[in-house]
Amino acid sequence: MRDGPEAARTPGEPVPALLKNTPAAVSRDIPRAAGRRFLSTGDDRKRDRLPAPMNTVAAIEARHAAGQRLRERLFRGATLAAALLVLLLLGGVALSLAVGAWPALSHFKLAFLTREIWNPVTDQYGALAPVYGTLVTSFLALLLAIPVSFGIAIFLTELAPVWLKRPVGVAIELLAAVPSIIYGIWGLFVLAPILQAHVQPWLIRWFGPLPLVGRLFQGPPFGIGILSASFVLAIMVIPFISAVMRDVFETVPDVLKESGYGLGATTWEVIWQVVVPYARTGMIGGVMLGLGRALGETMAVTFVIGNAHRIGSSLLAPGTTISASIANEFAEAVGDLYTSSLIALGAILFLITFTVIALARYMLMRLERRALSSL
Amino acid sequence: MKNRRAIRKGVNLLALGLSGVATAIGLFFLGAILWTLIKNGVAGLTPAVFSAMTPPPGSSGGLLNAIYGSAVMTLIGILIGGPVGMLAGTYLAEYGRASYLSSVIRFVNDVLLSAPSIIIGLFVYELMVVRMGHFSAIAGAVALAIIAMPVTVRTTEDMLNLVPQGMKDASTAMGAYPWRTITSVIYPAARSGVVTGLLLAVARISGETAPLLFTALNNQFWSTNLLAPMANLPVVIFQFALSPYPNWQQLAWSGALLITGSILILSIIARVVVARLNPAGRR
Repeated sequence: MRDGPEAARTPGEPVPALLKNTPAAVSRDIPRAAGRRFLSTGDDRKRDRLPAPMNTVAAIEARHAAGQRLRERLFRGATLAAALLVLLLLGGVALSLAVGAWPALSHFKLAFLTREIWNPVTDQYGALAPVYGTLVTSFLALLLAIPVSFGIAIFLTELAPVWLKRPVGVAIELLAAVPSIIYGIWGLFVLAPILQAHVQPWLIRWFGPLPLVGRLFQGPPFGIGILSASFVLAIMVIPFISAVMRDVFETVPDVLKESGYGLGATTWEVIWQVVVPYARTGMIGGVMLGLGRALGETMAVTFVIGNAHRIGSSLLAPGTTISASIANEFAEAVGDLYTSSLIALGAILFLITFTVIALARYMLMRLERRALSSL
Repeated sequence: MKNRRAIRKGVNLLALGLSGVATAIGLFFLGAILWTLIKNGVAGLTPAVFSAMTPPPGSSGGLLNAIYGSAVMTLIGILIGGPVGMLAGTYLAEYGRASYLSSVIRFVNDVLLSAPSIIIGLFVYELMVVRMGHFSAIAGAVALAIIAMPVTVRTTEDMLNLVPQGMKDASTAMGAYPWRTITSVIYPAARSGVVTGLLLAVARISGETAPLLFTALNNQFWSTNLLAPMANLPVVIFQFALSPYPNWQQLAWSGALLITGSILILSIIARVVVARLNPAGRR
């Protein structure tokens, strides 16, 4: 009696007079003409006391419809409110960052963006070193990650036998599921010593003496620093970039590829001259998405960058990034100006990543539309 | 002519070989990280890890309060972020569809999805910690909820879109209002997909460290008070790994192994479920 639509019915609701004396067991199973509800006899005495007009089929029908409409409005309203909350959240994030950053920005003016100094003792802050560190590590990470991701995407879409596609694809995706703090301790205790002992001396020896680029590879091999951070970031963004690239490669119509093969092209020629030009926008979108990840990555970088608020000319020197500075110093920051300066760094990071992610999504969206229209 | 063909073949082999090498590199790093975790973490996985509190430097202890704190905050996070995300995803998939508002919301959601988690931490710090005057577990849970929400919105929308239009039409033809169609037809049909999305969201937030650093902070002792700082695995790992004390570092490795193991298992379960749903290989 209480399951299905019947559960919504309140006891004592009127029932059409015709069915009034039907035994309960039978009347439960009689669908009414309206089809949506089943009847129950309910409390007879109470029903009999109801005024006559509320007893008719039409009256019940109207009230039932009104109840449905009300629930419809409530449900729709709830989903809309939740959806609007998404907008509100982004607005709230932007607003709270702007408010929190205001004291620092109004105190230091635009010089905040151009000064390298970061001194909590004298309360002097500038964003140049962390911004530099953020941009350089992300750029280097992309430089290392793009070729590898491209290779993985090609392997997964064009090369791998069907039985291998799924396990390898999942394994690469799992690389993205590993929490960033794990990359951090792995980078600090495993990768950095290896880089320090084997890779960095080699770089210093062979690239250090070169003109121009040589300056990037001078100084002692610290192990931790800009280069190590870029390396860890590269590993972290590979799964993101390769997943997007794989997806856009799969949107390339088979007809295009087959016509390439039909003309006698090799697999590589088809990839380079048919697949890549077709998927170019999406590939750039994927790279930008990876860039967005790299820019905002916090814990992994905090472990391996060395946390030095200065701009070293060498890539082997310790540095800092925006997110690493915030993670390291925020909980211990005393003084309004110090806290506000860190939030201002966060606001800068938000602006940079917002722009990059927005561009990436825009490009991917355009590609999606094209893929839909070509179907 | 023959020479040219040989060159083309050679280039082809080289390029495809390199793509294989790239894949091997990716797999190598996954293996290397897992191997490091197992090598360093297994030794420390004693019963004490699950039964004792985080110790002061030099004495023995476990991770019980951190495991509890992580579980509580992840649970509250998904209990807030999950339903809200599901409702918003429902709006995008069923009510909003192609409207201008929903394309804006979809875009903003994608931005939130990839926004740096430390920014979310700053936001919740301003929103709750400053107002309340102190760090608290509930602030950490809210930060996690804000991170879980966009993930759920995305997966819910995708999964609801997989429900055949014919089923929705059939329900509508029976005279059901949209809310009835959604709750009685579409949700049951998409249930395993939506649950998968929730699992992925749990996997995502249970390893998050940055947003907890200045919301939930840390607590060396057992605490069930949601309004006070609470220990949690990621922050404990962060603090212990960077410490000079061997017993703390050992606990950090064990914690890292625990957290990575559970996240990878969750992710694999989620993927298996999705694969069952779409045998055609759509993700």
